[in-house]
Amino acid sequence: MSVRRLAEEQPASFEFTPENKAWLEAQIAKYPDGRQASMVVPALWQAQKQNDYWLPQKAIEKVADTLGMPYIRVLEIATFYTMFNLEPVGKFYVQLCGTTPCMLRGSDELIAVLERRVGPQRHVTADGLFSWLEVECLGACCNAPMVQINDDYYEDLTAENFEKLLDDLAAGRPVKIGSQTGRVSSEPAGALTSLTSFYGDGAKAQAE
Amino acid sequence: MTRILVDGVEVDVPAEYTLLQACEEAGAEVPRFCFHERLSIAGNCRMCLVEVKGGPPKPQASCAIAVKDLRPGPDGAPPEVFTKSPMVKKAREGVMEFLLVNHPLDCPICDQGGECDLQDQALAFGGDSSRYAENKRAVEDKYIGPLVKTAMTRCIHCTRCVRFTAEIAGTSDMGAIGRGEDMEITTYLQTAMTSELQGNVTDLCPVGALLPKPQNFRARPWEYQKTETIDVQDALGSAIRVDARGREVIRILPRLNEAVNEEWISDKTRQVVDGLKAQRLDRPYIRENGRLRPASWQEALGTVAAKTKATKAEKIGALVGDLAALEEIFALKLLVEGRGSANLDARQDGSKLDPRFGRASYLFNASIAGIDEADSLLIVGSNPRKEAPVLNARIRKRWLKGDFLISAIGEQADLTYDYDYLGAGPDALARFIESAPTASAKRIVLIGQGALTRPDGRAILALAAQAARKHGGLSEGWNGFSVLHTAAARVGALDLGFTPGQGGLDAADIAKAGVLDLVFNLGADEIAIEPGAFVVYIGTHGDKGAHRADVILPGAAYTEKFGLYVNTEGRVQEALRATFPPGDAREDWAILRALSGALGAPLPFDSQKQLRAKLGEAHPHLLRLDQIGSASAADLEAVALQPATAWKDDFAPAITDFYLTNPIARASATMAECSALALDRLKQAAE
Ligand code: SF4
Ligand code: FES
Ligand code: FES
Repeated sequence: MSVRRLAEEQPASFEFTPENKAWLEAQIAKYPDGRQASMVVPALWQAQKQNDYWLPQKAIEKVADTLGMPYIRVLEIATFYTMFNLEPVGKFYVQLCGTTPCMLRGSDELIAVLERRVGPQRHVTADGLFSWLEVECLGACCNAPMVQINDDYYEDLTAENFEKLLDDLAAGRPVKIGSQTGRVSSEPAGALTSLTSFYGDGAKAQAE
Repeated sequence: MTRILVDGVEVDVPAEYTLLQACEEAGAEVPRFCFHERLSIAGNCRMCLVEVKGGPPKPQASCAIAVKDLRPGPDGAPPEVFTKSPMVKKAREGVMEFLLVNHPLDCPICDQGGECDLQDQALAFGGDSSRYAENKRAVEDKYIGPLVKTAMTRCIHCTRCVRFTAEIAGTSDMGAIGRGEDMEITTYLQTAMTSELQGNVTDLCPVGALLPKPQNFRARPWEYQKTETIDVQDALGSAIRVDARGREVIRILPRLNEAVNEEWISDKTRQVVDGLKAQRLDRPYIRENGRLRPASWQEALGTVAAKTKATKAEKIGALVGDLAALEEIFALKLLVEGRGSANLDARQDGSKLDPRFGRASYLFNASIAGIDEADSLLIVGSNPRKEAPVLNARIRKRWLKGDFLISAIGEQADLTYDYDYLGAGPDALARFIESAPTASAKRIVLIGQGALTRPDGRAILALAAQAARKHGGLSEGWNGFSVLHTAAARVGALDLGFTPGQGGLDAADIAKAGVLDLVFNLGADEIAIEPGAFVVYIGTHGDKGAHRADVILPGAAYTEKFGLYVNTEGRVQEALRATFPPGDAREDWAILRALSGALGAPLPFDSQKQLRAKLGEAHPHLLRLDQIGSASAADLEAVALQPATAWKDDFAPAITDFYLTNPIARASATMAECSALALDRLKQAAE
């Protein structure tokens, strides 16, 4: 992690779309009077989604005004959570897990791919398609290494299938979410290596 | 009450006390950074760790755990706290070591050095050497306004400043962005803070991260001569300490006075210091051919004496300004009355308050500390945030406690708390009186000068008294009729009766062209004296009054004389001399005494002591320091019966620019900067 600041270039204004506004109002109504500030994280998230996955200054202010909070309180939250992007990101925003299990399984190779194809972290490619960030464990360690692209996980990556994934995304071809090696979930990659036979009563029941 | 053992000493404390408070009660010292009596508990510095028996078996943050959280032993033995055990010593050393990991070693170039909590506590509770050889983190400094300089690498993230602006000041100016080791204290995108109390964060900051900008690298704390005195920038009389080096006042800090300012002061009180040096009148002047030229005291006094002798009594008048002490007001009154004139007035703003209605009619009867007890508040024609920011913080504190209904008539300003807005003028007040009474038994009716300085001020005063009488403002043991003054000298002048005598003229008439031939102006700079009269100005700064003067007699500012002041509650307090007046300037009472000598009718005192004795003879209550003196609520009945036909006009604010209310503040570059910033904000808000 490093110091997070708002982007240098900012749009002049921010308005919620009518749908988001309606959504926001419906959500706010769920909170007791005077406690609307508790809505701040979902509201910021909605604003980020609406704004190509990043939060401009005006959106932060809009959320503060909507919830009756001082601007600084909302800025504190936007800068605290790294899932709020304060700068523009690529159309395909790659969050690469570099924590121990993924690292042991080869996330360094994926980083090399990204550095070559996309450039340094936080940099958006000229065509606006890609940017990436190394993040901490995303909880899919069984299928390490993995990345999250926008809202989806892509697992069991190698340098090759990751390149292909990125190619497909760039070309607009359909891609498969989840394991890229055909695993359904987190079952062993090859055959079963443990629990291969039943034990005790189970074995008896099996025999009968 | 709960019994608890602290280092073997048994104390009996309320169950909701924190362990830290219980330790203090038992006389055990507990170091702390983030804990502050008047702020919410954050528990994030961990410096206050203690060991407990009857609670979790690890070091406990004593500020964040209550006495009632500890359990007694199996045989009913009281829980125990240890502040000197080996575990505590080790824990403190550990916390201190962590705090110092990222704290720069720049004490020699840090203004906080010598009065730094971190420095002191590192010495008292820290290890003896450093084991840390890695790089320290560095943090960008932030712009947070003209009054506070930042050195954010020094910040230890106690969040006192954040809590102060959010809780006490009510402006939520500061916050902590980022997190973990990248956490940074800042204002929103480095805008200037907006509170009138922002300077207090420099006192709260336990390290040198937030420092007073105007005092940047000016002096070391051990170089000051410290004078404990009171403030005159508003009518509260906040307790202050004036720190001077040599002949120069360098800074002003708050002192504790629970009855008045707790431990806060406004930015004007704190940073008006440079105004004490600029634009000073340091020798007498006489106007010759339309221009002021320097003169000797003898010549100036001679000129005034000659003019006075040549003027008929009814053509002489006297005005008293907002910063005058009792001594000089008293002396001027004796002098002018001695000439046979009744044209005296201290109400340069045209306020209709009058001592004839009794003392209760012009005091903040509820008392400032009484705000804590009140159950509702009606603000009439006042913006307490500008007129007395510290009092406003007290109102906010009461409001935060809950069950405190605030309504306001007059300006609809951001007061840092919510209120019911009833209307802009006397109509709304009349409607309020007619409205059905609520259950309120301890209401404060706060009347500002904005309601009283208008021609129908007396009618408004009557209406306010009626409102207090009908709506729980006047009951057995409670007098909530409270006038908020803006001038430090005003209550004292009213107590002394510095108002027109029989057939005398009031301030507006005294200032009118062609009415009088000679006007003594004791520091009245907020009124324009029209051409005609010969004006003798006794004051400190080259402000409006001095520009209009024909003779200037240079006086002493509030930090340069011993003087009595009466605050808006009627509390008598003494200001002490911290430095001497510049050049040939003299204490004001002494100037008036000398003038009376030149007139051949010397005033009956030769020293300030004798003056005070005379003052005490005439007004015994004015010598009882720190006491409020009597004010009879019965007087308000008479006030309420006064004719109350008010005009329709809206109440105008008494203060338009908080930062520039008196000649000292107007001479201050710091105040000018603050004022310009506030104006900018106002313009932006209007867009
Ligand atoms: S700036 Fe000072 S008061 Fe504010 S958090 Fe840092 S150390 Fe505490
Ligand atoms: S370590 Fe990569 S997902 Fe857990
Ligand atoms: S004083 Fe207790 S944690 Fe800071």
